[in-house]
Amino acid sequence: MKLTIGGDSVYCYTNSRDIAGDRDSIVFVHGSGMDHTVWTLFARHFARHGRNVIAVDLPGHGRSTGSPKASIEDMSDWIIDVLDELAIERAAIVGHSLGSLVALDCAARHAARVRAIALVGTTAPMPVSDAILDAAAANAPAAFNLLTQYGYSKRHLYGGNSNPGMWMVGSSLRLLERSAPGVLFADMQACNNYQQGLTNAARVQCPVRVVMGDGDRLTPLRGAGPLLNALPEPQVTVIKGAGHTVMVEAPNELLNALKDTL
Amino acid sequence: MTGPEYAGLDTLALHAGAQPDPTTGARATPIYQTASFTFPDSDYAASLFNLERTGHVYSRLSNPTNAVLEERIAALEGAVGAIATASGQAALHLAITTLMGAGSHIVAASALYGGTHNLLAYTLPRFGIETTFVDTRDPEAFRAAIKDNTRLVFAETVGNPGLDVLDIPAVSAIAHEAGLPLMVDSTFTTPYLLQPLAWGADLIVHSATKFLSGHGIVIGGLLVDGGKFDWDASGKFPTLSEPYAGFHNLVFTEEFGPAAFIARARKEGLRDFGACMSPTTAFHILQGIETLGLRMQRHVDNTREVVQFLQQHAAVESVAYPELDGHPDQALAAKLLPKGCGAVFSFELKGGRQAGIAFVDALNLFSHLANVGDAKSLVIHPASTTHHRMDEAALKAGGISAGTIRLSVGVEQVSDLITDLKLGLRAAEKAAGAAQ
Repeated sequence: MKLTIGGDSVYCYTNSRDIAGDRDSIVFVHGSGMDHTVWTLFARHFARHGRNVIAVDLPGHGRSTGSPKASIEDMSDWIIDVLDELAIERAAIVGHSLGSLVALDCAARHAARVRAIALVGTTAPMPVSDAILDAAAANAPAAFNLLTQYGYSKRHLYGGNSNPGMWMVGSSLRLLERSAPGVLFADMQACNNYQQGLTNAARVQCPVRVVMGDGDRLTPLRGAGPLLNALPEPQVTVIKGAGHTVMVEAPNELLNALKDTL
Repeated sequence: MTGPEYAGLDTLALHAGAQPDPTTGARATPIYQTASFTFPDSDYAASLFNLERTGHVYSRLSNPTNAVLEERIAALEGAVGAIATASGQAALHLAITTLMGAGSHIVAASALYGGTHNLLAYTLPRFGIETTFVDTRDPEAFRAAIKDNTRLVFAETVGNPGLDVLDIPAVSAIAHEAGLPLMVDSTFTTPYLLQPLAWGADLIVHSATKFLSGHGIVIGGLLVDGGKFDWDASGKFPTLSEPYAGFHNLVFTEEFGPAAFIARARKEGLRDFGACMSPTTAFHILQGIETLGLRMQRHVDNTREVVQFLQQHAAVESVAYPELDGHPDQALAAKLLPKGCGAVFSFELKGGRQAGIAFVDALNLFSHLANVGDAKSLVIHPASTTHHRMDEAALKAGGISAGTIRLSVGVEQVSDLITDLKLGLRAAEKAAGAAQ
């Protein structure tokens, strides 16, 4: 589905279905440099079970035009613009990595519009290393390689994909390589600069599901403690063996966790 | 700056795609010799059929043993995914039928395996797919042959049997300018010698029967998707970029992004044509790949010594191996194939057909058969076997004559191979002398 927001074309994957006003809605927000395709399996599931699914391509990502938003707050406001455009009053928001910060910010600053959030591969704050920032600023292949390498648990760098025949490292790398110059750097900066995470976490009133891999090397489980403490009664699922890219490394386990919340 | 190093090829050849079996702890990849897989409940079953969950339904579509092989070759090639097929020919057929239908056109190099030539020249035209064959060594000939209905550019990385080295960077650039993918058959080179995706190729087919398996015990193929080609931007591939009625109007590029091609190939071609690989075959190929680096290096080392021996022998008219001075692809081979040009090559005997027959019949250690890429050394006379359906003009275009001998050099002790070749050459000289 294509929308127009602020003069830019916005792509939302909806499983080729119209948005129905009498159905619960779920918005999926991808991580840095990615696009809606990371949510295909999950969106298909919830669509079959009667939800409106809206897997967005953030501005400048995937099939959406425009420049990438400079801050998590801007992305959060943009998600509300998407809901407005679709005439959706309230939605659950699922976000991965950068997308998890967007979901968190939405739940805190636009509480009336959010019925639940699921944060996948998350921490707050979400500092980004200088090595990644520098490589992303230079649009260097190293940025894609660093994020891909550290985006998986050490065991999954050798594969073992439950999706038959797919080499997960290669899939992530190709997706990142498709991002336009400057997009990854903008995303990384937005993550690095978002300092309101813990404050906003304390303001969240809706149900919260947090899903982490115990082998996450970008947002390590041990680093998520302050966020988990700040959130009111989060439901936490830790997936053994998974790293940061939970949607790829443990899709079935992640779907089980999301089903309990969404 | 390219960032951190990924695991090396020899490590991936042993480990990629495999984890110890979660149920038994078995370290080797088990053979899941089963046709189908149980569903824990009806909703789980529905979610597998509707592509909401990952897993296995039926071994024609996917199988855990095959999946390890598929993931491993994808890792070795730097790809997004792969599909194991019943044979190399099945992999080629799966690729073509995923990309196009009746009314389409292929531009292919003329130096091809005979079976591939048969498929493209004789069989596919009955289904409305035509092929124009061009000189492998002339990238501009590929450009000139591209038509509005062309949907694929295809060649072998090292052409069979004359060892024409494909200029992958040049030909892929020409294909991409026309909005077309370049698919290569990398059977002779394997990812140990060449990683075609890194040079610009988009899709790869392997006959895994050959060096990947390495021991001449199974028939199998692999289709590999590099994930770089932009099917949407091309606009020439409705099977990938438009709704597919055979799967609830799924648009593969929309839902699978870089993996659109391999997803469609599995969801349609493997499902409908059914040329899947047996799990036991996949197991054997996995065992072969574990030692790919060791074997390929030995294959190449032996080949270099055999080539040197033949080149200096009085009974030999010429040897075609791209590393030799005077070979037209020497510079290109040095660029694309620095580890070596493989272990399959051809040479011409003085004395033509009779000398060739005498040579083959006199050998003891080299096995006379229609295969390549075995750990054991092999020999064949292409004009009377693999390429016998080709007329003189087609043979010439493929770099073959009546006296051409093709060797596939194995990993035996090379001195024994040379001793055996001396027997054959002596017989060839006698035959040539008798003919005069």
